[in-house]
Amino acid sequence: MPNDSVNINNKGVAQNTYDAIVIGSGISGGWAAKTLCENGLKTLMVERGRDVVHLKDYPTASKNPWELPHRGNMPLQIEKENPVVSRCYAYGSATDHFFVKDKEHPYIQEKPFDWIRGYQVGGKSLLWARQTQRWSRFDFEGPARDGFATDWPIRYNDLAPWYSHVETFAGISGNYDGVETLPDGEFLPPWEMNCVEKDIREKITAQHKNRFVVQGRCAHLTQPKPIHIEQGRTQCQARSLCERGCPYGGYFSSNASTIPWAQKTGNLTLKTNSIVHSVIYDDSKNSAIGVRIIDAQSKTTSEFFAKIIFVNAACLNTNLILLNSVSSRFPNGLGNDNGLLGKYIAFHNYRGTVTATYDGPLDKYYYGRRPTQPMMPNFRNVYRQETDFQRGYMCFFGAGRGRVDADGIGAEAKDAMTEAGGWYVSMMMQGETIPKATNHVRLSKDQQDDWGIPQLITSVDYDDNDVRLMNDFLTQGSEMLDNAGCKDIRRHDSQQAPGLDIHEVGGCRMGKDPKTSLLNKWNQLHHCNNVFVTDGACMTSTSTQNPSLTFMALTARAASFAVEELKKGNL
Amino acid sequence: MNRRDALSRVALILGGTVVGAHVFLEGCNPAEKKAATPGTFSDSDIAYLDEIADTIIPTTNTPGAKAAKVGAFMTVMVNDCYDEKDQKVFFDGMKQLDEACNKQFGKSFMDVDATQRKTLLTEIDKEAKDYMAKKKPEDSKHYFRLMKELTLLGYFTSEIGATQALRYIAVPGKYEGCIPYKKGDRAWAT
Repeated sequence: MPNDSVNINNKGVAQNTYDAIVIGSGISGGWAAKTLCENGLKTLMVERGRDVVHLKDYPTASKNPWELPHRGNMPLQIEKENPVVSRCYAYGSATDHFFVKDKEHPYIQEKPFDWIRGYQVGGKSLLWARQTQRWSRFDFEGPARDGFATDWPIRYNDLAPWYSHVETFAGISGNYDGVETLPDGEFLPPWEMNCVEKDIREKITAQHKNRFVVQGRCAHLTQPKPIHIEQGRTQCQARSLCERGCPYGGYFSSNASTIPWAQKTGNLTLKTNSIVHSVIYDDSKNSAIGVRIIDAQSKTTSEFFAKIIFVNAACLNTNLILLNSVSSRFPNGLGNDNGLLGKYIAFHNYRGTVTATYDGPLDKYYYGRRPTQPMMPNFRNVYRQETDFQRGYMCFFGAGRGRVDADGIGAEAKDAMTEAGGWYVSMMMQGETIPKATNHVRLSKDQQDDWGIPQLITSVDYDDNDVRLMNDFLTQGSEMLDNAGCKDIRRHDSQQAPGLDIHEVGGCRMGKDPKTSLLNKWNQLHHCNNVFVTDGACMTSTSTQNPSLTFMALTARAASFAVEELKKGNL
Repeated sequence: MNRRDALSRVALILGGTVVGAHVFLEGCNPAEKKAATPGTFSDSDIAYLDEIADTIIPTTNTPGAKAAKVGAFMTVMVNDCYDEKDQKVFFDGMKQLDEACNKQFGKSFMDVDATQRKTLLTEIDKEAKDYMAKKKPEDSKHYFRLMKELTLLGYFTSEIGATQALRYIAVPGKYEGCIPYKKGDRAWAT
């Protein structure tokens, strides 16, 4: 606690009391606030960073390449001071105002972990890659079938209506593909594949009966419906400058969608620059009663109270807050009787990529900048274990034309370089990793941040299974491209640290048994049921699919349940 | 494109010649690089670099690199985005290039005509290409490789380069996966 913590300025408990508190304003916090506010709950949303108002606070959104000082590159000095965030694909001079700088928010890497964070209203929902594939039944059944982590307390069918619920509101483009490993949803029209991608799809699927190539589903308004227009959003303009914030509201973010929607109810109070120190537990009431907040600027402490608390600080910060929420009842962190809080962190294995060239039609090109790309849902170990590694991976791939890479200098070379070059293809993996107790985060006992909160120690690494799985992707990916007629096939292992995938999950996992999990099937802490965790921290396993759509669906489901339980007087 | 491909796509489009992208592709850790020290480019240096750039990318039916202010862009990149090693290669290279010109034509680069400039830089470009193909990974890059990289990056991301030499549409409004293309059509800038 900071030194001034004895001078708690509460301005009266009543004034600081709400029906619900939501910690965090990112993709899951936004959904919690929307759901609770729509149901009439006076809701306080606490955000540790500054406000980012849709449209108003996107300073680079419409800048042309030549208007950026280093044309998007970062000065070396900034890269040197911020090695972690500098490794993030989306970080650059057009987006750096939305990323946490390493030196301002230190953490301790017991093993290399690139922790990418966005401390502002909207969080990383401004920055995400907007891929929104549903998980399939195989993903939820995975831990039980293969005997790792712990069994999910829910199945696909529990979540399916909530997927529909969030897809309808967020606006998801996609094709109805009828693939068992990638359930269809509520879709706006899909993005088109280009002619080479269609070629490659045909060749891959002709060779492999059980491999599917579909267009990646993404949270972009290809054809807005009334519900999206009501949010003030318009059609995606295919600019692909999404990470700067979209002046059209073309993709889903908390800023463009859920937060203004919640604000329209009149029930939302948004408190920015407010760092949650801990959740307050009252021994006499056997429940959580509120949150302790440190003002990011003045560093003064205050307390806010509510009947229910949603912790949506993003995976690792949610773990940090809960580990830091100690009381005589919970000396090891809120709800942490079994000592598993912070353990079983998982992520996505992105190490492998395969690139190639393709003798595609030189009289074909494309128009616009598509914000998604084709993908192949996992085809490994789907119905039974059949490889020397556990689980599987999905593949993203895309084809495009570069510019002619002309030799020499002068007029002829210049003119050649202004023409479209040959076709290239690149493919990458998104591999499931197995959650393990050893992959964990914990609090430092002696190092604190500028606000007196213990620094987080990350201890997360790959294992042999991840390497075998990557090697299989490199082999299969190369073979598929080779069989499709690609040339110059190159395999690459980036050896990137965990975290750079920005898909870290777990640490406060859902499960059936309080002895082996922290949360029940409604995302309530088993031992403190008015606290809900619905961001990445709640995930029992990672699957091979992108996680955000599942965070949204879990959040809407849990928040609706919380509203019902409050009505029944159970909370 | 997939988000993870964004940088490698840029690199491919620029033939792997964009600063920053090579770091990504070669898996180099930016933390290992040394901080750049501010350079001391003068106005006459910028004018000189403009002429080098304009020899690489001259005015044809579209304006060349000098009109796109590529000389000034190079100095910004060398000052801010280069490590000390590459900075030294670049600074020394400015001298070496002029010495080579003096040796061949008995005059400074600024004083020879466009044909002589092209003759000289065509040879140096070849020399740079051979050197880059043979060099060990730990060896410095060839100075002309750096100059050419920055010229191509600076020109094709400039307003002139993007909108006149290439095609640039800030707000496409839609995506079409398959449109006709004929030889001579300009490529997309982004």
